[in-house]
Amino acid sequence: MSDQFADKEVLLTVKGLKIEGRADESWMQIVNGVDLTLRKGEVLGLIGESGAGKSTVGLAAMGFTRDGCRISGGEILFDGIDLRHASTKTLRDLKGKRIAYVAQSAAASFNPAHKLMDQYCEAPVQHGVMGRAEAESDAVDLYRRMQLPEPESIGFRYPHQVSGGQLQRAMTAMAMSCRPDLIIFDEPTTALDVTTQIEVLAAIRDIVEQFDTAAIYITHDLAVVAQMADRIKVLLKGDEVEEADTRTMLSAPQEDYTKSLWAVRSHTRAEQPPVPKGTTPVVSVRNVTAGYGAVDVLTDVSFDIHQRRTVAVVGESGSGKSTTARVITGLLVPRRGEVLFDGQALPPDYRRRTRDQLRQAQMIYQMADTALNPKLKIRELIGRPAQMYLGLQGKALTERIRQLLDLIELEPDDYIDRLPSELSGGQKQRIGIARALAAEPKFIICDEVTSALDQLVAEGILKLLDKLQTEFDLAYMFITHDLATVKAIADEVVVMKEGKVIEQGPKSEMFQPPHDPYTELLLSSVPEMDPDWLTDLLRDRAAKAG
Amino acid sequence: MGILLNILYFIAFIVAAMAAGWLFRAIVIAISPRAIAKEMRTAPLTASFGLLMILLYTLVAIFAPWIAPFPETEIVGREFQVWDDVNWLGTDALGRDMLTRMIYGARNTVGIAFATTALAFVLGSILGLLAATVGGWMDQSLSRSVDVLMAIPSLIFSLLLLTIFGTSVLTLIIVIAIIDSTRVFRLARSVSVTIVVMDYIEAAKLRGEGKWHLITREILPNALAPLVAEFGLRFCFVFLAISALSFLGLGIQPPTADWGSMVKENATLITFGDITPLLPAGAIALLTVSVNFVVDWQLHRASGLKE
Repeated sequence: MSDQFADKEVLLTVKGLKIEGRADESWMQIVNGVDLTLRKGEVLGLIGESGAGKSTVGLAAMGFTRDGCRISGGEILFDGIDLRHASTKTLRDLKGKRIAYVAQSAAASFNPAHKLMDQYCEAPVQHGVMGRAEAESDAVDLYRRMQLPEPESIGFRYPHQVSGGQLQRAMTAMAMSCRPDLIIFDEPTTALDVTTQIEVLAAIRDIVEQFDTAAIYITHDLAVVAQMADRIKVLLKGDEVEEADTRTMLSAPQEDYTKSLWAVRSHTRAEQPPVPKGTTPVVSVRNVTAGYGAVDVLTDVSFDIHQRRTVAVVGESGSGKSTTARVITGLLVPRRGEVLFDGQALPPDYRRRTRDQLRQAQMIYQMADTALNPKLKIRELIGRPAQMYLGLQGKALTERIRQLLDLIELEPDDYIDRLPSELSGGQKQRIGIARALAAEPKFIICDEVTSALDQLVAEGILKLLDKLQTEFDLAYMFITHDLATVKAIADEVVVMKEGKVIEQGPKSEMFQPPHDPYTELLLSSVPEMDPDWLTDLLRDRAAKAG
Repeated sequence: MGILLNILYFIAFIVAAMAAGWLFRAIVIAISPRAIAKEMRTAPLTASFGLLMILLYTLVAIFAPWIAPFPETEIVGREFQVWDDVNWLGTDALGRDMLTRMIYGARNTVGIAFATTALAFVLGSILGLLAATVGGWMDQSLSRSVDVLMAIPSLIFSLLLLTIFGTSVLTLIIVIAIIDSTRVFRLARSVSVTIVVMDYIEAAKLRGEGKWHLITREILPNALAPLVAEFGLRFCFVFLAISALSFLGLGIQPPTADWGSMVKENATLITFGDITPLLPAGAIALLTVSVNFVVDWQLHRASGLKE
């Protein structure tokens, strides 16, 4: 227990919380007795992999469960009110007024048909906390505190007219509208860029401090929780692993599982010798300018990718990383410039490329969920490229599929006839890798392949990609916004901003000063495990600006 | 007292139906090969009752000449006879045996309705999927043509076409199928436009797959659930369309037996409190309900929905 809160009154007590989820006609326990105490003004970080039950526990703290789940045991006391047995009316009075919730994707949680202000005012007016006019002026005040641009007028925009980071802040402001005693933040910054994430984190932390609000902060990012929480609780498969105040937890974790989480960012690729001068790169992007409609998304982009090398393309969303990939694959025809493969110019449109040219360049997608046809079995998913490009049939094909499954470390007998829905996120991504490998390519584009995965799982995928690269002499183009991933896997780095290459060079140089100001900003925005990191960073930046 | 008795009859009917469904399912599981038996075990009672009914209708339709006590168009007595030992369900407005007409009606109405719906679906889904997959001018021209077809009230349009091309069974099937396929086209297209933007379709395109593979292997399996549901609904509408056309004299031509026109021909009896004219309507209702029971079950499985 952190001492600073020891004398404050207890706001929320959860004892022996058990939650069951419905799967295939029977109930399965997904949270097995979690205890939790939260005092006024305290922030508790809940961390764990996906499936650990973080969100389920967070929602249960409001007395709510998702569809197909039920609370089967334990008690939830919020300020003396038993939420498990409270009437619907009591719960309705509490929710939004005294307990609020901030969802992961503000873009998906706002109603696109109403202005921000209308949505802000709904809770206070409904609960009778204040009148419409009062609520509006209050909103402007909170928008200002959240450092949103043009606080007077931003409320009269629709959600799609506001950027993702601003929307997330508007959502936090909305949660504060009734000055609740407890806010539950469910991965509020996971969908944001690192540079935007900082603004949101700082704003959330300030506002929680200003109003002395208690919060449960759910995330899988340890560095983020280190900035936000007073105490951290680690969950694993519905069980509590350990709980301690943030500094103790970071410096001296007790359990092996926690230690493994802490050590996860340790994978680094061995330094590669420099490419000999005059070698033909596998892929060479030459002075590409491309765009949609009248707007140029890419301006004069050039870089090379050599055999057995990984080039990481880094930048915020909207910087043109994925558009570059679309130009290379031939989905987007560039206005100027060309893409060379082994020194030969590729036809700009994929429909004009030969089957062999298509085979040589493969792609692994960010969301394995949407990249694998949900109605096809693994056998067909992986087998199809092998069948198409290499003409394998019958026994030879099955043999090849089994070989590929072995390569991605999945047991062939178990997995060959499964559907994608019967796999975990990491396993799906492995199937995506196997599908790319099945074509026996020379070059693979990895588009944010680990950003939708938990850190432990992502680590496994990175190791696998590294192993395969050495084994098959692959060239990788690795699109990512996560600099920790860059450190782990890249040989060379290309930094992009607004469709231009800002800086490029070997990894060792890129992580050493002097930097381009934008690279500097990106690098300094990656959260670190130090709990004082955010405070220090904000002070430094304020000093520089001031 | 009468109402109570009716409620009792109704409950007895439901119980009997469910019992029949249960028995049917048990028998199918016992006698069929393992793969089918495994499927059947997942069927709820409603679905197995639906399957049983569809099976019965099919058998009746196929073996109509052997089951029916009289030839289809023979006048066997005076008009509007009551139910007796010879004519179990009495006779119709011309003195033809009602039961015989019902049995032959199964053959004509169900056969034509099924053929029409199937044709409408093949046509509508292929074009809809094609429009969504190819996009551009193909999508525009197909969609706008469908808009034009849909702008004309379907009954009037089919009347017009049938008057032009004549009223043979084949033209009837083709005309209704084409008009109905516009609805299927819209559904198939709107379902697949959300599918074609998925990454796995992009992956398949980049792999160099042809249109046919894209449509049949990548898109169709994902669009099947709503299409199957629509099939059940469309089937009922086609019944109504054929009956309406028969009523107007452009559908199935007399003396061919058809449930829709049988209701119309004998409608006068209703005023005398006789339920005979409602029997063909009941047959239509029972079949459509049964088809939808089965469709619901399949839909439930295909979409992976869970309660």
